[in-house]
Amino acid sequence: MSRLLPISLFALLALCLAMLAGIAIGETRVGAEAIWQVLANQLWQAGHAVDPIDAGIVWNYRLPRTLVAAACGAGLATCGVILQALLRNPLAEPYLLGLSAGASTGAVAVGLFGLGGAVLSLSAGAFIGALAAFALVLLLSRASGSRHDNAQVILAGIAGSQLFNALTAFLITKSATAEQARGILFWLLGNLSGVRWPSVWLAVPVALFGLAICLWQRRALDAFTFGADSAASLGVPVRRTQLLLISCAALVTAVMVSIVGAIGFVGLVIPHALRLLLGPGHSRLLPASALGGALFLIVADILSRTLITGQVIPVGVVTALIGAPVFALILISRRGRP
Amino acid sequence: MSVMTAIADAPLTCQGLGLCLGGRDVLQGIDLSVLPGETLGVVGPNGSGKSTLLKLLAGLRTPSSGSVRLLGEALERMPRRHVAQRLALVEQQADTLDAISVYDAVALGRTPWLSALAPFGNDDRAIVEQALADADASHLRRRLWGELSGGERQRVHIARALAQRPQVLLLDEPTNHLDIQHQLGLLRQVQALPVTTLVALHDLNQALTCDRLAVLDQGRLVALGKPEAVLTPERLLGTFGVRGHYLVDPYDGARVLRFRA
Repeated sequence: MSRLLPISLFALLALCLAMLAGIAIGETRVGAEAIWQVLANQLWQAGHAVDPIDAGIVWNYRLPRTLVAAACGAGLATCGVILQALLRNPLAEPYLLGLSAGASTGAVAVGLFGLGGAVLSLSAGAFIGALAAFALVLLLSRASGSRHDNAQVILAGIAGSQLFNALTAFLITKSATAEQARGILFWLLGNLSGVRWPSVWLAVPVALFGLAICLWQRRALDAFTFGADSAASLGVPVRRTQLLLISCAALVTAVMVSIVGAIGFVGLVIPHALRLLLGPGHSRLLPASALGGALFLIVADILSRTLITGQVIPVGVVTALIGAPVFALILISRRGRP
Repeated sequence: MSVMTAIADAPLTCQGLGLCLGGRDVLQGIDLSVLPGETLGVVGPNGSGKSTLLKLLAGLRTPSSGSVRLLGEALERMPRRHVAQRLALVEQQADTLDAISVYDAVALGRTPWLSALAPFGNDDRAIVEQALADADASHLRRRLWGELSGGERQRVHIARALAQRPQVLLLDEPTNHLDIQHQLGLLRQVQALPVTTLVALHDLNQALTCDRLAVLDQGRLVALGKPEAVLTPERLLGTFGVRGHYLVDPYDGARVLRFRA
């Protein structure tokens, strides 16, 4: 407990440095001093004389983009931790389980048809899609026999992902104009380009809310170590806890997907790496994963802007390039285990 | 104490307990009272419903018929946390892929006593230490789950159950993976604890050391009483399909069962 304060300060510092890098690096480089002056002007009217173009880049583009990257990374990593604990499967992750695909379908359906009118926002559509996908995947993996089999859930997730991706493609082909289709396809791959301040006010609270719920339930998550029956005999109301936490994962995934599209593997890579470092206890794993996910996605976003000069690669492509080999490594390292 | 008041005080009772799965009665009409402080053994051939009975008594499955009372309260109306503060279950073969340490695995036993905001305090640490010692697992505390043998894992599970500080302890074939020394030690240790214990057992000679025995056969309770009164040669042949008779051990005068096919 006495180490909590220095560790928290260090974590905050790391996050600030990563965000500084995220704001500074790009097609136009902005110096640290200029960034500081722009932030000071905006936050407490410091009245520094700054280049208005720099000011626009920092305040209107890169700062919201970096904040949303941090929130998405934290949210998706938290979802990974929840799903891995509840399904007792080290490969469980929103993208691989089809949650992201379902959320994409829901968001596209709402976006293209205005389905549900003004009542249903893009995020709400994505939430319903994510829940539908997860229900389908669970039903499929149960129907196919052992629900504790690692491979079975992931196979069901692949089937679910394929189905919902096909539905999304069908909706786009049927109803979108060429211009809309191009925009949607780019967004689907995971893209932070269009992010502005309103997205920040959605992504950051949702990520913090998801993390808070999980921290509140950290002992219940720990109790699932030896399975659902064991959790129940340790006093966890299993059904209620599963419902709460899976809804939480679906909500966080849906909101993130509705803002930045389907970004994969964050929920796989980060919790897995941190579990090796810190062990399986959720009181440390959850905050560490949220921070690790935030840093990971900020860095992935910087890479997506700088790997090819003058071009932006979708950030989902960068995370997949890092994440897919890690997925393979986990598969190999679990060889011979049930 | 008369039998009737003993039953009224029984920490764990069930009446007409049954479970029907897919049209088949896995368990049927079980009436049972575990008396305060006793060790009640449950024996029966494979598939006779021992594990199912323990799961129903622990509230992990909902019975199709009948009811369970834990310390005078109806089990189905108790919140899970309250049940876990009073009753602990050691399942067969609960396993994990997580690299959890023995200490942390035993500390999970404090879950029902800790709210979301409560820190893991000195009292909790002391209880975990005691539980580790009682299960003869103190020396394992820093080892990781994946490095343990089957018998060591079993002792960690028992330590976790003891860390719940239960008044009723349910053990499902706890001696299965243990070496002979720990088999003998474990039952003696459990019987010495101030808890009421219900233990499913495979080895009938171990079952002879229980205070009372319940014999299950095809989901029904067919006998209940003192071990030697229950495990008669007729019962052994009828329920377990073996011929058996008692021998007197010349070393300590204890009666042991000897079987022939």
